[in-house]
Amino acid sequence: MGAVKTIFRREFSSYFASPVAYVFLVIFLIMQGLFTFYLGAFYSREQADLVSFFTYQPWLYLFLMPSIAMRLWSEDRRSGTFELLLTLPIPTRAVVIGKYLAALAFAGLALALTFPIWITVNWLGSPDNGVIITGYLGSLLMAAAYLAIGAAMSAITKNQVVAFILAVTVCFLFLVAGLPMVLDAVSAWAPEALVLAIANLSFLSHFESLQKGVVTLGDIVYFLAVIIFWLWVNRIVIESKREAG
Amino acid sequence: MADILLEARNLSKHFGELKAVDDISLSVKKGEVLGFLGPNGAGKTTTMKMLTGFLAPTSGTAYICGEQVTSENEKARARIGYLPEGAPLFGEMSPRSFLKFIAETHGIVGREADDVVESAASAVNLEKVMMQRLDTLSKGFKRRVGLAAAILHAPDVLILDEPTDGLDPNQKFEVRRLIEAMSVDRAIIISTHILEEVDALCHRAVIINRGMIVADGQPSELRAKSKYKNAVTMLLPMDNAEKAAAALKGIKMVGGVEAAREGDQMRLTILARGGGDIADTIGDIAAVSNWQVSQYTVDPGRLDDVFRQLTERDV
Repeated sequence: MGAVKTIFRREFSSYFASPVAYVFLVIFLIMQGLFTFYLGAFYSREQADLVSFFTYQPWLYLFLMPSIAMRLWSEDRRSGTFELLLTLPIPTRAVVIGKYLAALAFAGLALALTFPIWITVNWLGSPDNGVIITGYLGSLLMAAAYLAIGAAMSAITKNQVVAFILAVTVCFLFLVAGLPMVLDAVSAWAPEALVLAIANLSFLSHFESLQKGVVTLGDIVYFLAVIIFWLWVNRIVIESKREAG
Repeated sequence: MADILLEARNLSKHFGELKAVDDISLSVKKGEVLGFLGPNGAGKTTTMKMLTGFLAPTSGTAYICGEQVTSENEKARARIGYLPEGAPLFGEMSPRSFLKFIAETHGIVGREADDVVESAASAVNLEKVMMQRLDTLSKGFKRRVGLAAAILHAPDVLILDEPTDGLDPNQKFEVRRLIEAMSVDRAIIISTHILEEVDALCHRAVIINRGMIVADGQPSELRAKSKYKNAVTMLLPMDNAEKAAAALKGIKMVGGVEAAREGDQMRLTILARGGGDIADTIGDIAAVSNWQVSQYTVDPGRLDDVFRQLTERDV
């Protein structure tokens, strides 16, 4: 645990070593605002809830989460600190988890900074704060899943831009897996069970129920499974890149 | 032996068809500084990466203080201080925060961490730059930060990959002095292609070429393998030089004569056949013949010559 904390602290503070972190936070909050108030029509819906706030988050995260995760490993591979990290007397999994948690904490911070919108709805009306809390929980879980994919993709390449593009692509596949454009293409030839499985892989359907205030074990297990799977992939990629030098 | 702190047994590493390291065995005792020599691409860095557990050997094993080195065995890694090639650092950190991070990964925390960081930093004279960003530091300082990180937990074994590469002569001197000071109760292995380094601080030198050990011995032993062993070098006026060279070539003990111009004088290097002792004989002849010799020296043998001999073969 101590090793995870050490890695976490270093990685988390390295986000703030350059202005990029602050730029990111500002962009995130502006974009989130635009999606909520324009696309989501926050005012004209005249509802005291955060549906318009959460609805577009899967799409916003599609680009913003990979940009948080892209430097996690590729920067170390490029500068050679990869070797330094892996020869320290700490287990590789501690490095994987520590780095991942740092990215997650940064995303959590960005999400936490959206609190004014929560104050706003409470001031304008009397929303169901339980629904809002599960919405935030779902949002964080989805961000965590995106980041796990992003971290694994970041380990594949020394180039942050390539890592970003790979992560966006994989995240996109997970995002749209439940949409008709994918399911129609698959259902023509695949057995129904497979179609159902693919549909169930989608972030969207699992996120939707959480933002409606429904917490099911299935949704939480789903996100946790995605996270664990990609952290495992991350570890395997690291081991193979270690061999490649 | 209990004193052997680092041991490699039949280490090999293949990258596809390429045998980067081919059956290397070596051991380093407590108090010993081993120089690991070889041309670029000979497999020095690959060997060191296997010794630190970064790379898994294709076959063979490495032991640090009796612990087998693997990518899983943190106990072995805890006893190593490692300076990777090029001394990679986290550019956005300051030396202080970086060294503190390294200390924490070794389980050193709180007040104790502050202490080891300060003492490691002062050992390599980092005090003035402790709060600067690492990526703004000069090459010499970066290397010193890497060294401080390698020594701060007082490891039993130091593995330093080209510790003085890219440093100016003064910095090289500093780093060597530091390594020497640390060698007392540790086993140290340094890789280098700078031969003066070996003379300056190594007790033993291993030369590798194409992944294989081609020589292993004390620097003086290796040097003795050179054709320059017991060679006599002297400076004499141009007029006498030709006459002298011709006369010397006729002597049975002389293996050959090399001449190089130096202003209006000539530097003759007289090689001893089979490395025999020719200094007295040549000196006598020179005196009798009145060649007006100055700067008369006897060569102990040249490491760079041996190095070339051993590593240029069949290229």
